[in-house]
Amino acid sequence: MMTGVAEDEDKWLAAGIAGLQQNAFYMHRAMDSNNLRDALKYSAQMLSELRTSKLSPHKYYELYMRAFDELRKLEMFFKEETRRGCSIVDLYELVQHAGNILPRLYLLCTVGSVYIKSKEAPAKDILKDLVEMCRGIQHPLRGLFLRSYLSQLSRDKLPDIGSEYEGDADTITDAVEFVIQNFTEMNKLWVRMQHQGPAREKERREKERSELRDLVGKNLHVLSQIEGIDLDMYKDTVLPRILEQVVNCKDEIAQYYLMDCIIQVFPDEYHLQTLEVLLSAFPQLQASVDIKTVLSQLMERLASYAALSSEVLPEFLQVEAFSKLNSAIGKVIEAQPDMPVVGAVTLCSSLLKFSLHVHPDRLDYADQVLGSCVKQLSGKGKIEDSKATKQIVALLSAPLEKYNNVVTALKLSNYPCVMEYLDNETNKVMATVIIQNIMKNNTHISTADKVEALFELIKGLIKDLDETLHDEVDEDDFKEEQCSVARLIQMLHNEDPEEMFKIICVVKKHILTGGPKRLSFTVPPLVFNSLKLVRRLQGQEENPFGDDESTSTKKIFQLLNQIVEALSSIPAPDLALRLYLQCAEAANDCDLEPVAYEFFTQAYIIYEEEISDSRAQVTAMHLIIGTLQRMHVFGVENRDTLTHKATGYSAKLLKKPDQCRAVYACSHLFWVDDQDNLKDGERVLLCLKRALRIANAAQQMSNATRGSTGSVMLFVEILNKYIYFFEKGNPQISVASIQSLMELITTEMQSDTTTQDPAADAFFASTLRYIQFQKQKGGAISEKYGTIKLSDS
Amino acid sequence: MNFLIGAFKPPCTISISFADGRTRKQVPLKKDNGQTVMVPLFESQESIIGEVVIEPLQGKKAEHIGVKIELLGQIELYFDRGNFYDFTSLVRELDVPGELYETKTYPFEFSTVEMPYESYNGVNVRLRYILKATISRNIVGNIVESQDFVVRNYTPLPAINNSIKMEVGIEDCLHIEFEYNKSKYHLKDVIIGKIYFLLVRIKIKNMELEIRRRESTGSGHNTYVETETLAKFELMDGTPVRGESIPIRLFLSPYELTPTYRNINNKFSVKYYLNLVLVDEEDRRYFKQQEMTVYRLLETP
Repeated sequence: MMTGVAEDEDKWLAAGIAGLQQNAFYMHRAMDSNNLRDALKYSAQMLSELRTSKLSPHKYYELYMRAFDELRKLEMFFKEETRRGCSIVDLYELVQHAGNILPRLYLLCTVGSVYIKSKEAPAKDILKDLVEMCRGIQHPLRGLFLRSYLSQLSRDKLPDIGSEYEGDADTITDAVEFVIQNFTEMNKLWVRMQHQGPAREKERREKERSELRDLVGKNLHVLSQIEGIDLDMYKDTVLPRILEQVVNCKDEIAQYYLMDCIIQVFPDEYHLQTLEVLLSAFPQLQASVDIKTVLSQLMERLASYAALSSEVLPEFLQVEAFSKLNSAIGKVIEAQPDMPVVGAVTLCSSLLKFSLHVHPDRLDYADQVLGSCVKQLSGKGKIEDSKATKQIVALLSAPLEKYNNVVTALKLSNYPCVMEYLDNETNKVMATVIIQNIMKNNTHISTADKVEALFELIKGLIKDLDETLHDEVDEDDFKEEQCSVARLIQMLHNEDPEEMFKIICVVKKHILTGGPKRLSFTVPPLVFNSLKLVRRLQGQEENPFGDDESTSTKKIFQLLNQIVEALSSIPAPDLALRLYLQCAEAANDCDLEPVAYEFFTQAYIIYEEEISDSRAQVTAMHLIIGTLQRMHVFGVENRDTLTHKATGYSAKLLKKPDQCRAVYACSHLFWVDDQDNLKDGERVLLCLKRALRIANAAQQMSNATRGSTGSVMLFVEILNKYIYFFEKGNPQISVASIQSLMELITTEMQSDTTTQDPAADAFFASTLRYIQFQKQKGGAISEKYGTIKLSDS
Repeated sequence: MNFLIGAFKPPCTISISFADGRTRKQVPLKKDNGQTVMVPLFESQESIIGEVVIEPLQGKKAEHIGVKIELLGQIELYFDRGNFYDFTSLVRELDVPGELYETKTYPFEFSTVEMPYESYNGVNVRLRYILKATISRNIVGNIVESQDFVVRNYTPLPAINNSIKMEVGIEDCLHIEFEYNKSKYHLKDVIIGKIYFLLVRIKIKNMELEIRRRESTGSGHNTYVETETLAKFELMDGTPVRGESIPIRLFLSPYELTPTYRNINNKFSVKYYLNLVLVDEEDRRYFKQQEMTVYRLLETP
C-alpha cells in the first residue's frame, strides 16, 4: 500500500515536471522572440503545475525548485522588457490578469522583484503589497512555498539600513514588518497542516511538517541578518512580535522549533539583554513542548558567550541573568506540573552549568540551584528513571569538572541532599566519580570537617546502603570501588598532626561501618596513613603538644590497635598479623616498648589462634622473625619471651623443611649486627645445629617414605648461614664445623640415594666459589677464610 | 447576359465619408457577416459632418426623385430579426428630383445629434447607428448605401460611489463578510476588496470571483434573459480558517465589458454582476451575487 502511494507520487511528480518543462519550452521561445503576451501565458501555465495537491513536501520541493529556476529566467526577461520600454507598472498589472491565483502570485512576486530593483516605487510599498496578496494562498504546502519564494526574492531587497532600497525615515520598520508578517503567515500555515487530514496520518503529517520547518525558520534567519535591527528595536518590536506568534500558535512542534530558532539565530548579546522577555515566553508554551532542551540550549549558549570574553561578564551581572534564569525555570516547572523529573533535573543541570561558567565565584548560586533541584525531587523518593538519573549525575559532576576540586563541591550544602535521591547503584557511580576526580587533580582534603563531608558524600561506597542488594554486586566492580576508596584514604593528608589525627579518627569512624567485606580494603590504607603520621611525629624531638595533648604517638597507637582489631570480625588473620607487625615496628621506632610488645602479643595470639594453614604459618613465621629481628626497643626479658616463642613456633611447623628453615632463620634473632648486647653466638650455634638435626631428620624421613634422601638443599642453606655468622665473627662458628658441613654435603651429593637437584648443585658450587673468592680477596677476610680448605673435587 | 447584368447594376456608386475621417478615432465593429471593420467613433451631442459622393457609372445617367441621407439609431432584437426599431431617425434632403450625369458631392451635417444609447452587440440584441444615403427612384428600386459608426458615451466619476459590503453565511457552517470598494466601476477599473472569514466549518477548496453579464431583452412574456460569465478569477486556494482575510484585486481591463445599460428604450437591459463563489471539497458551490454598475469613464486629460 505504502509503496503504491510512493510509486504514484513518483508518477505525479514526473508528470508535473514534464508539464512544467513543456510550458517552459514555449515560454523560452516566446521570450526569445520578445513576445511578452505569450511569455506570460506559458509561464502561467508552467506555474499551474505547482497547483498540485498530490505531492508530499519532499517531492513538491523538487517541482518547486525547477519552477524556481525557470522563474529566474523569466525575471531576467521582465528586466529586459522594462529596458525595452515596457513600463514596469503596466507589467505589474499585466501579470495580475492571470485567472489562477497561484501562478498569478508567483508572477507577481517575480515582477515585484524587478519593480523594486527599478526603484520606481518604494521597496516597502511593493513588499507590503506582495506579502498581503499572498494571503490568497491558504493551502499550507503551496502557501509555504510561495511565501518562501517571496522571502527568497526579497532577501536582498529589504529596505534595510545601508541598503540601496532604504527609503525615507523609519524604513527599517517596514523591512521588519514585512519579514515578520511573512513569518507569521507562514507559521500559521505550517501549524495548520497539523490539523488537516485524517487523524491516522498524524505521524506522517508530523514528519512532513518537520521537513518544512526550515522554510518557516528561514524568516527568523533573515531577520537576524537585517543590519538595522539594533538592540532597542529587537527588544521593543522584533522579539515581542515573534514570541507573540510562537505562543499564540499553540503548536508543540512549532513552539519547540521556533524557540530553538530564536536562540540560535539572534546574537547572544541580544538574548542577554532581553532575557526577561524571552524567558517569560517559556511558561506559556504548550505542556508537551520539550522546554528543557531549548532552555538548556539557551543557557549553554550564554555560558559559552560568557566564556568567550571576560568583558561581557559585567553585562551578565547587570541584567541579573542568573536570577532571571533561575526564576524562569521555577515558573516553567510550575506551569508544567506533568513535566517528568528528567525535565526538571535537566533544567537544573543546565542552569548549574551556566552558573559555573558565568559566575564561578558564586558558589551560593550553585548551591541555590542544587537546592531547587532538591525541592523538585523532594517527595519523589529515589529516582528510578534512568534518564533522570543520568541528568543528576551530570548535575553533580558539573561542579567537580568545573572546579577540579572536590573541596569546592563539599562547600555546597545541598550537594549531598541531591545525591540522596540517586539509587544505590548510581550513588556508587557518583561516589567513584568524585574519588576519581580527587585522584586526577591530586586534591588535598586537609581538614577533618571536609573529610567528614566527603565521606558523607561517598557513603555509598563506604557502607551498604541496602542490605538486600548485597549479593548482586559484581565482585570485580566491588573490588575496584573499594580500591579507589583505599586510594582516597591514602591521599588524605594534613601537615598539622593534630588535624591529621582528627582526619584519621573521622575515617576510622566511617570505615568501621563498612562491614567485613570492605574492611580488608579500607583498614590497611588507614593503618599506613596513620603510621605515616607516627613516622612524622617520631622524627620530632619532643611531642609538640606537650604531654597531655591529644595527639601523641601513643594515642595513635591506641587507635591503630582498635582499627586492626576490627579485622578480627572478617576474619582476616594474615592481614591483621602483618598490620600488627607493622605497628610494632613503628612503635619500636618510637621507643614505646610496651606498645610494641602489645602489638607483638596480638600478632602471636593471632598466629596461635587463627592461622592454621601450614603454608600461612610459614609465611607468618618468617614475617614475625624478620620483624622481631629488627626490634631494638625490648628489654632482655621481653625479648627473651618473644624470641623464645618464635623459636618454639618455628620448631613446631608441620613440614620438616619448613621447620628447618624457620629454625635457622631464628638464629638471626640472637645476632644483631649493630647491637653489641645482642650477639649471643652460642644460641646462634644452637639454632643452626638444631636446623641441621631437622635437615637430617628430613632426609631420613624422605629416605623412609620415598626411598631417596631428597635434596641437599637444606644443608647448603645451613652452610650459608654458618659462613654468614663465621664472617660476622661469631666465635662459636668454627672452621671445623664449616669444613665438616661441606664434606657432609659433598658426600651426600655423591651418594646414590640422593635425588639429583641441579639447583642445589649450583647453589653449593657458588657457595664454594664465594669461599674461594673471599680467600683470595686479601686482608683480614682472606686470613679468616684461609683456614677453610676446599676439596679438589 | 452582359447586358442583363448591366441592366440590374445600379447606375451609380454612393460613398459616405466623414469630414474628420482621418483624425477621428476608429474602433472595430463586428459586422453581420462576421467580419470586423474599423468604423469611426462618436459620442452623443457630436455633430456628424461629412459628404455623400455619387458617381454615376461611365456613360450612364441616373434618374432619381431625390437624394437624402438619414442618421438612424436602430435596435434589432434577434427573435424578431429583420425588424429594426429606429429610436433615432434624422433626415437631410440632399437633392431635388433630377438626373445625374457626373460625379456629384453632397455635403451634409447633423449637428449636435442626440445619441443617448451606445452601440451594442449582444447575444440577443444589437443596437447600432448608421448613416444611410438613399437615391430614390420611381420604377426601379432605390439605391441605398449605409455606413456604420459607433457611439460611446462617457460618464464622469460618479459623485456617490458606495462600497458593497455584506455579511452572508450558512448558519453554523460558514460566515463571511465581503467588501468591494465600490458599487460602480468604470471599464478600466480595478475591483479592490477583501473577504473576511468569520466562521468556517466546511472545508473550502477554493474561492473565485466571477463577472457575469445579464442581458435581458423584450418585455413581459417575451423576455429573454441571457447570462454570460465573462471572468472567472481565482481569489483563494486552500482552506482558510476563522479570522483569515483574503484580498481581492481584479483588473477589469482584460475583459470585454460594456457599460451597464438599463432598460434601453424599453427594449433591453445589460447588467453586470460580481459573483463570489466558494467551492468546498465535495465541489459544492456557495455563492453570492451582487450587481455592480459599469460605466464608461470620461477620460479627463
